[in-house]
Amino acid sequence: MNLFVVFLLAVLAANFFRAPEKAPELFAVLPARDGHVGAIVVKGAEGPEKVINEAYGTIAINGATQATGTMTAAQVREVFGSTLDALPGSPASFTLYFLEGRDELTPESQAELKNIFAELKRRPLPDIVVTGHTDTIGSLDFNDKLSLQRAQRMRDMLVQMGLPTERIQTAGRGKRELLVPTDDNVSEPRNRRVEISVR
Amino acid sequence: MRKALIVAAVLSAVAIPALAADVGLVKVSKGNVQIERNGTKVAAPVGASVQAADVIMTGADGSAGITFTDNSLVSVGPNTVFAIDKYRFDTTTHAGEFEGSLKKGRLAAISGKMVKASPESMKIRTPSAIMGVRGTEFVVQVDEEKK
Repeated sequence: MNLFVVFLLAVLAANFFRAPEKAPELFAVLPARDGHVGAIVVKGAEGPEKVINEAYGTIAINGATQATGTMTAAQVREVFGSTLDALPGSPASFTLYFLEGRDELTPESQAELKNIFAELKRRPLPDIVVTGHTDTIGSLDFNDKLSLQRAQRMRDMLVQMGLPTERIQTAGRGKRELLVPTDDNVSEPRNRRVEISVR
Repeated sequence: MRKALIVAAVLSAVAIPALAADVGLVKVSKGNVQIERNGTKVAAPVGASVQAADVIMTGADGSAGITFTDNSLVSVGPNTVFAIDKYRFDTTTHAGEFEGSLKKGRLAAISGKMVKASPESMKIRTPSAIMGVRGTEFVVQVDEEKK
């Protein structure tokens, strides 16, 4: 009787400690680049659905057998290395600032442009959207035009640096989307900007 | 009359795939990567468009990365077959659904705007399970040597 219990425990232990990557199906949650850990809900043919919501938490399904566990970052790398390397870069966005009432970058932003360009260039086939903004000096109409002019100027600069024009869309939001909320007719450098988003 | 209706129904069913819009773009393509669309396999280099109902296939040296219109990112590793069963996304409401089937191989993904708007709107099926995605980054493997 005791032997039988020991045997049973051994079988349970063997199942428990079995490396999850040996199982025919494996699901794992990974921490995002910003550290955020999400969740997946897995429902096999048998058994209840399981929620996995910790970093490197796994569920392995082998026929009717389901086992939850964890992997190390190195184990994930070993199994999914080339797969993870093929993930396209996450969407990113950058902000550059302009001189008051003009479509000229500030000297600081002009210097920063090189770094942003390098980041855009790194992506094999970037989808870029340049959105221009203004502060609240002037009419709605004036600012709509100025913001679009800033976006188009930005696009021209990126094209001149070597990005294909057909990958860049432009839009002007005028004074409709202030970074720093102000009253009307307020000069605010942080609102005179373009946002460059890339996917 | 009834016959005409059936013919019309069949014709419209046939016409839909031809009108299918691009739902994604191949951003990374290494080694042998193909897309099967309406029964025809074509090579999928960087820049190839991805449509709902496409099947992504890779060889032993292949891997591919795709961006979808809701900013979901999906990559597949070597010896993989991944079918996009359903995809729709409303850019205004961010409502949508993304259902894919990993028949074999490896998949990594980072969910996008639709999952943020409604958790579990993205689902991945495997031969023996179904996974709902609440966010954000995950991997799935389906071994080939399943008995």
